[in-house]
Amino acid sequence: MANEEAIKKELEEKFDFLKDKIIIPRERRLFTEPVEIEDFLKAIEYAASKMDFDILTTITGLDEGESIVAIYHLARKDGTMLNLKSKTPKENPVMKTISNLFNGAVFYERELVDMLGVQMEGLPEGKRYPLPDDWPEGQYPLRKEWKREMLDAKP
Amino acid sequence: MSKLTIPIGPQHPALKEPECFIITVDGERICEANMRLGYNHRGIEKRCEEITYIQSAYLIERVCGICSHSHSTAFIQAVEEIAGLEVPKRGLYIRTLFGELERIHSHLLWLGVAGHEIGFDTLLMYSWRDREIVMDILAMVSGNRVNYGMNSIGGVKRDISPEQADAILKAMDDLEERTKYYIELGLQETTLIKRLSGAGSISYEDATRLGAVGPTARASKVDQDVRRDDPYAAYAELEFNVITDDHNDVYGRTLVRLGELMESYKLVRQLIKNMPDGPIRKKGPRKIPAGEAISRYEAPRGEDVHYVKANGTDKAFRVKVRAPTLANLSAVSKMLEGDYLADVPIVIAAIDPCFSCTDRMAVRNIRGGATEMHNPGSLRNFSIDWYRRRGIDFTDLNKKLMKRLERV
Repeated sequence: MANEEAIKKELEEKFDFLKDKIIIPRERRLFTEPVEIEDFLKAIEYAASKMDFDILTTITGLDEGESIVAIYHLARKDGTMLNLKSKTPKENPVMKTISNLFNGAVFYERELVDMLGVQMEGLPEGKRYPLPDDWPEGQYPLRKEWKREMLDAKP
Repeated sequence: MSKLTIPIGPQHPALKEPECFIITVDGERICEANMRLGYNHRGIEKRCEEITYIQSAYLIERVCGICSHSHSTAFIQAVEEIAGLEVPKRGLYIRTLFGELERIHSHLLWLGVAGHEIGFDTLLMYSWRDREIVMDILAMVSGNRVNYGMNSIGGVKRDISPEQADAILKAMDDLEERTKYYIELGLQETTLIKRLSGAGSISYEDATRLGAVGPTARASKVDQDVRRDDPYAAYAELEFNVITDDHNDVYGRTLVRLGELMESYKLVRQLIKNMPDGPIRKKGPRKIPAGEAISRYEAPRGEDVHYVKANGTDKAFRVKVRAPTLANLSAVSKMLEGDYLADVPIVIAAIDPCFSCTDRMAVRNIRGGATEMHNPGSLRNFSIDWYRRRGIDFTDLNKKLMKRLERV
């Protein structure tokens, strides 16, 4: 686990906001606790450019009640995965695109937009994904309060 | 010549699944390729939050009909990691064995599809004939040709008898001999080489930048394979090579898959030879303690990622599935740029796309303006009625099945 500890140490030294917020559940896995968007962007840019975490496997969006959390699952060639989390208030969820860092992120970000109603700043124009074009506005299926019955409710 | 935009799909003879590619052409050359996905979205992630882990394992297996074992293993691995469950060695070996058998059937299937897309239907007939050998093996051991239902939380459900092991080894010999023939064909058949070379080209830099995975990435010299880099199940104890190629095109992807078939035969033999004795599973808990895990699996098409967050109940708080096709689609847009319109089917087919995996939801069934809502229970009843109206009645069979389930 020396490798994982080294990554943890490097991140903690570099970023104050990650202090005591990195967990190593097992070999080759690191999870952080959710941090604010601006902080998160600094951390992901550093991890991608300086620490070889250059593979973005996917982004998971979670409805945590008060806030929407996005987990960015980064990987590098040796199999280590760094799971960086960012959070935004559910009242007004705004995130910033990382498609400038990872060109392949666009689909994963569109999923956050459709499924959790996140406003993604800087996301390139394009077709929505994955919900249909006539999906009712303001309904985000992966939010906890969303129920199937809401689809048929009269607006 | 002025530019022209052609929509291909969502329903189109050249595509096997619903997806829409919006292709802008200048004459025969493609200048831009966009896509609209989501036609197969079935809401599986949301549904997994409403049903128990045991039910989810069955549902997740149905994310995809071809790499079903990949999805169920990836999901169950994540659950087992959160629960701190140690799977018995024999269970891990059987799980890995199924993973490799699945890869064999999937790659042979792909080879046939690729042959068909370039008008080489003899190859389709040959490789699908040979695929039956491995399908018979899968059916013999698990009882099913697809959706094997082998995995359970804590291990696997069925053991492999010595007779079955012998049959598998025999099948590997037959398949190896035939695959050697396909490799020879791939290296010598001029028509095949000319047709596939240069189609859907993508450089190493673009493949990494766009996050391509699996054989698609490996054919552009991207040396990554989760089985080796982040070993799971029994892979840490097995010897195999990661096949890469530097053709960067559809031809390269063909060679990589053929090479991987040979590696899979090798792996299956090792698994049978070294399979330890002992139990095949450990009973898993119904309630999974709070925690989160991310599980990676090298599916036939590339890396399959499942994230599970548990909150201490018997239902998952969140399940996230990232199928390999979604990771490869950004690369497809890039591959198509500058190619000929006639190459579209084979270039798309060359990533071995699976859109059912990629999309996962649809709760509405619109018929004549009325919206019908279906959940799995009502869908089941719908199917029973549908068959009954056509004179096929499963009632007795269902009763028998329920009785059997109660006994278990």
